Amino acid sequence: MAMTREPGLYDYSPMLDRPKITWPNGARVAFWVAPNIEFYELDPPQNPGRRPWPKPHPDVVPHSHRDYGNRAGFWRMMGVMEEYGVRGSVSLNVAMCQHHPEIIEACSALDWEFFSHGVYNTRYTYTMTEAQERAMMEDVIKTIKDCTGQDTDGWLAPALSYTTNTFELLAEYGIKYTCDLFHDDQPQPVKTKSGRLISVPYSLEMNDTVVLSMMGKSSRHYTEILKANFDQLYEEGAENGQVMCIPLHPFLIGQPHRIGNFAEVLEYITGHDKVWVTTGREIAAHYYEHHYDDVVAALAANRGNQA
Amino acid sequence: MSLPNDYLEYPKRGHGMDHDRYTWSMLKDRPAVTWPNGARVALWVVTQLQWFPLDMKPAIPVPAGMARPYPDSWNYTLRDYGNRIGVYRIFKVLDKLGIRSSVAINSALAEMYPYLLEQVVARDWEVIANGLDMGHPHHGDMDSQEEAALIKGVLETLRSISGQAVRGWLSPIRSESMNTPDLAAAEGIEYLCDWANDDMPYPFETASGTILNMPHTMELDDQQILITLRHTEQEYVDQLKDQFDCLYAESESSGGRIMAINLNPWVTGQAYRIKALEGALSYIMSHDGVWSATGAEILDAYKAQG
Repeated sequence: MAMTREPGLYDYSPMLDRPKITWPNGARVAFWVAPNIEFYELDPPQNPGRRPWPKPHPDVVPHSHRDYGNRAGFWRMMGVMEEYGVRGSVSLNVAMCQHHPEIIEACSALDWEFFSHGVYNTRYTYTMTEAQERAMMEDVIKTIKDCTGQDTDGWLAPALSYTTNTFELLAEYGIKYTCDLFHDDQPQPVKTKSGRLISVPYSLEMNDTVVLSMMGKSSRHYTEILKANFDQLYEEGAENGQVMCIPLHPFLIGQPHRIGNFAEVLEYITGHDKVWVTTGREIAAHYYEHHYDDVVAALAANRGNQA
Repeated sequence: MSLPNDYLEYPKRGHGMDHDRYTWSMLKDRPAVTWPNGARVALWVVTQLQWFPLDMKPAIPVPAGMARPYPDSWNYTLRDYGNRIGVYRIFKVLDKLGIRSSVAINSALAEMYPYLLEQVVARDWEVIANGLDMGHPHHGDMDSQEEAALIKGVLETLRSISGQAVRGWLSPIRSESMNTPDLAAAEGIEYLCDWANDDMPYPFETASGTILNMPHTMELDDQQILITLRHTEQEYVDQLKDQFDCLYAESESSGGRIMAINLNPWVTGQAYRIKALEGALSYIMSHDGVWSATGAEILDAYKAQG
């Protein structure tokens, strides 16, 4: 496999001197919450790119910890989001449609969006041939349509695993936005040979797994991080519209000792006037309708200046 | 390296789980549980008494094991501090607050320090089997006959020394093979503590019949919070209080809840941490409707609901 020194998916575009992005009703920040609704297999096959579990199977602690999300944590998380009028944009392992359709129905009843997070969180895209990756994408798109009636507009690669074909294939299959690029706080065009694709900020550093598990912060510290991140984007959003996402996992945020802190964050953010509480799909649609062409033109002009 | 095409086949992609150990069940759909005397929250403190042998060579990595070259005095004696000093500070705090604990103990430690188990039994605390020692974690590549003999020996030792039935099983570092629940149930174990996927007990299937998995806490384990995640003592206390506040509030509409706290005496029994633990436990015990109970007592109350 030929490796390249940079992804080749976007042009350098510094945060100064950009076209102004506006959101509905003069909002400064488009705010969305993306719960990862996942299924982890107890005894999945091996992938050369990543071991699904660190220990020989069954790896009881990490496996059962994640299963907690579906049995208990999801319902607490959903209740708090409903209380503050925040619809979820679900990053879905589509096998959940077969394993736990009760959860899918609960999300649908609240008019939540579903986008793709692959089939299982224990099946990775690494080393897939183009034909295999196409088969996986077709499975996902068909499963979401059959199970929820929704089109798959968004994509977050399963467990953030990729091939060099991934973004090209997403554009070809009509996926409208990817959550897999973390280079910006605004949507950005993604360079593909065919079709159109944009990135919508997924705010990976705000992800509960990243902050709570990888960085090892406490729940109350996470609350401070989320508020501080929002405050800064809200300030900057007075000049140019910003996006903030809170990516979540019910097995973490839905723990009894965290759920009250999460409620405090949603109360704080939704308590601001100039916030557009929305979904990934709606952010992407608004951007395509009002900003995509201008931004592409500005990037092209900028390339001309640099040449 | 290419991926075989069956990587995209999913024979277990159907309703429920991808295994037969337990059925898919959502906490919110289950009938409300009531505790003795109308208690709202059962407080289940588990104190772990463990031996990390100086020559341990575990088949899988064991956190807090002998990480330095032999002989690792640093790690050996710091763990042993818990069994000499830390646990007696914990006894004192729990006795003062009227809290009874389940004690998950390695059978080799029970044999090595009989005085320690006498203290546990004298308090009428419950003994839970916690494997042989921390050098012998169960794991997925383990030979099943070897594991069967290990479990049988552990339970014989603990039942003989404690005089108790020993009804609960907690695997060292909560690590199991595919056979551990079957082998433990075959030796009369009635409940497992390894699976961290629920807030309440739930039925767990084994070759020797249905047992229960109890909601032993992983997230609120003192080692997890203070050692692995390196939180401060104040953050530890905050998490215990936040957990309790949520469960206590939920109990009003959803029935009795269980608040599990897991203590490693070499962690919380340190002089500079014991007051933090006492503060958190005092906060919990200051509420009406808190029932301090052992795992077996909670199990029996749960089973009595039918």
